[in-house]
Amino acid sequence: MSTHEESYYYVPGPSAWPLVGSFALLLMAAGSVMLMNKVGVGMPTLLAGLAVLLYMMYGWFSKVIAESRAGEYNKRVDVSFRWGMGWFIFSEVMFFAAFFGALFYIRVISIPDLSSIDNALIWPDFKSVWPSAGPGFKGEWDPMAPWGLPAINTLLLLASGATLTWAHWGLMANKRTQLAVGLFLTVLLGAIFMGLQVYEYSHAYQEMNLKLSTGGYGSTFYLLTGFHGFHVTLGVLMLMVILFRSLKGDFTPKHHFAFEAVAWYWHFVDVVWLFLFVVVYWL
Amino acid sequence: MNTATTTVNGHSAGHEGHGHHPAGLMRWITTTNHKDIGSMYLWFSFAMFLVGGCMALTIRSELFQPGLQLVRPEFFNQLTTLHGLIMVFGAIMPAFVGFANWMLPLQIGASDMAFGRMNNLSFWLLPPAALLLVTSMFVPGGAAAAGWTLYPPLTIQQGMGMDMAIFALHILGFSSIMGSINIITTIFNLRAPGMTLMKMPLFCWTWLVTAFLVIAVMPVLAGAVTMTLTDRHFGTSFFSAAGGGDPVLFQHIFWFFGHPEVYIVIIPGFGVVSQVISTFSRKPLFGYASMVYAVAAIGILSFTVWAHHMYTVGMPVTAQLYFMYATMFIAVPTGVKIFNWTATMWRGSLSFETPMLFAIGFIFLFTVGGFSGLVLAMVVVDVQMQDTYYVVAHFHYTMVAGALFSAFAGAYYWLPKWTGHMYNEKLGQVHFWLSFIFFNMTFFVQHFLGIAGMPRRIPDYALQFTDFNQISTIGAFGFGLSQLLFLYNIITCIKGGPKAPAKPWEGAEGLEWDVPSPAPYHTWEVQPVVK
Repeated sequence: MSTHEESYYYVPGPSAWPLVGSFALLLMAAGSVMLMNKVGVGMPTLLAGLAVLLYMMYGWFSKVIAESRAGEYNKRVDVSFRWGMGWFIFSEVMFFAAFFGALFYIRVISIPDLSSIDNALIWPDFKSVWPSAGPGFKGEWDPMAPWGLPAINTLLLLASGATLTWAHWGLMANKRTQLAVGLFLTVLLGAIFMGLQVYEYSHAYQEMNLKLSTGGYGSTFYLLTGFHGFHVTLGVLMLMVILFRSLKGDFTPKHHFAFEAVAWYWHFVDVVWLFLFVVVYWL
Repeated sequence: MNTATTTVNGHSAGHEGHGHHPAGLMRWITTTNHKDIGSMYLWFSFAMFLVGGCMALTIRSELFQPGLQLVRPEFFNQLTTLHGLIMVFGAIMPAFVGFANWMLPLQIGASDMAFGRMNNLSFWLLPPAALLLVTSMFVPGGAAAAGWTLYPPLTIQQGMGMDMAIFALHILGFSSIMGSINIITTIFNLRAPGMTLMKMPLFCWTWLVTAFLVIAVMPVLAGAVTMTLTDRHFGTSFFSAAGGGDPVLFQHIFWFFGHPEVYIVIIPGFGVVSQVISTFSRKPLFGYASMVYAVAAIGILSFTVWAHHMYTVGMPVTAQLYFMYATMFIAVPTGVKIFNWTATMWRGSLSFETPMLFAIGFIFLFTVGGFSGLVLAMVVVDVQMQDTYYVVAHFHYTMVAGALFSAFAGAYYWLPKWTGHMYNEKLGQVHFWLSFIFFNMTFFVQHFLGIAGMPRRIPDYALQFTDFNQISTIGAFGFGLSQLLFLYNIITCIKGGPKAPAKPWEGAEGLEWDVPSPAPYHTWEVQPVVK
């Protein structure tokens, strides 16, 4: 071990940002509770919480970027960031696993069970098929077909993974134009994906009668694609920050973990989509 | 164990703004120091312990006699729910995160935790969550009243207190996931030169496994309560049969989180007890490597046994058999640990200071809780015992005599290091014996109540259960009041008392005893070299 580089470890000084963040989450929780139960001033509280959260993130991340520029983050801090981001993504994987688990349970266990002899007295005509909105659902609806917009969305996200890797190659070879163009294309592809998802949702709601309330299919479809879409949104915002920073001259071929962390996150979102496409839209 | 010497190894760790920290309240609000944050965690946890304890005493008061005396049944159910949530997420988990914050950097020779600011955020997320839980008692409809397991359809039907509990759990989840990422990163990346993984004190190992479990299952709980939230307000049918869902689905997802969760609560305690037993036996821990493997095995196996909480909801016999055998299999690594602790004491030069008393009390009573767990693991028995006081007795033997006693052991063990003073030994021993006696008085009789068929989470009961319930209630008040001795002992220890040397325990080993008592604000800025 070479001594200086390895044993120095930067410990940040006192900071009030964490308290601001916790206050923001309290406001958002209280606002959501009031909004959902139609009491008090729900929406203003929720929006105020969101504003405080954004303010906190801006302040906190600006501080991190300033520390990085000041050269405080050596190799060892960099290793910490890698462990931290890796485990964070693992926790996200487990979050999605809960919803995939619900989908598999409904398809493989509860729908067949509801059509079995046990429930024949209550729902004699219910057939075990998928997609299904359950035995109690009245009305017509259509499931989402895989080979229209969803297939295009798959191609968009796969392409965005490629452009991001191309941007990374540019960064490592110190080709700044390639870096900027690659990032810009990635942001663009992500934004188009989000636009198409919004279009898909409105189409589903207005013309297919496919809603959150469309039984087990609607529940799993919207929660899985919805949380994925939320993660894409976060990913696009993160990519925009990275694009902005690289235009400002941040990141060197050797020192750019912020870029890599966002890339890891983007590829994770990509992989989740592939699972979604196969088990939610296709099969 | 390692023998550590401090030698200069390159440059010191950098502390931004070293030497001019804000004073007063701002110090605690803005701190990134692992010792400050550890202390805040411990105090928060003790405060929540008292809040949850008052709820428990209200429950026991109502159960002193058959019939309804003190509280309405609806409020009784809110109390059992909040008592469970507050004790698990507000008292025990933060207590061990407090220990981790204080001790991990000292034990592995690191200057601080890996992410100081995030560490502060992990702590400061706890008060909003506690606020949501406690104030939910005062909103229309009252607090969540479905039990800490939050089973639908009850949770779908309740008032806005349920939403507050859901968001509190989300916030607690953020907090413990961030805390665990911090702990894992600190252990993997900040160990002193020469401190290999297999030289780490067992407390570090147990927290490594625990942190992994937290990161793996807290998001699953977040998913489960999110589905509850959308079922409540946005028309989804995850837990509604009419839409093709199933209330049992919630139970599966919840217990996929819940079973690892109960090990999250106990495993750091295993680490504390391992170190305390070794210190006061003046012998190295027997079977260090097998202890590490046993903890890892318990962690992995915890993912494979969840449906033993659900034998009576209806599942195929093959599934019941699988979950029964898998559950019993956990007794193997747990047995390894019990035997190793016993073997560590064998022919040791034993002394019985308060930490050792709590550790030995832990071994006895946790073993009782383990055995009643084996009883409950058997499907044919559990069908009779499900949701009776036998279950309540079982998990309080593991959570109170297990997790809480090991937390007491750790607190007495490290108090001299934290405060620089010795606590009052006699008072500590009185605290132990009162806790030990009143604990058994409270909970041992509940086994009999359960076998006789008294259901849990019910504010009233049949006449024949009265005697045991009265014994249990008297024991509960004795246990609760005894904890004030603990509080008094800590406060006097902080304020004064005999000066503690750097290593107050003759048989103690590990890097934490190489720094002065009280541990200075910054330690191991020059990392020690472990040989």
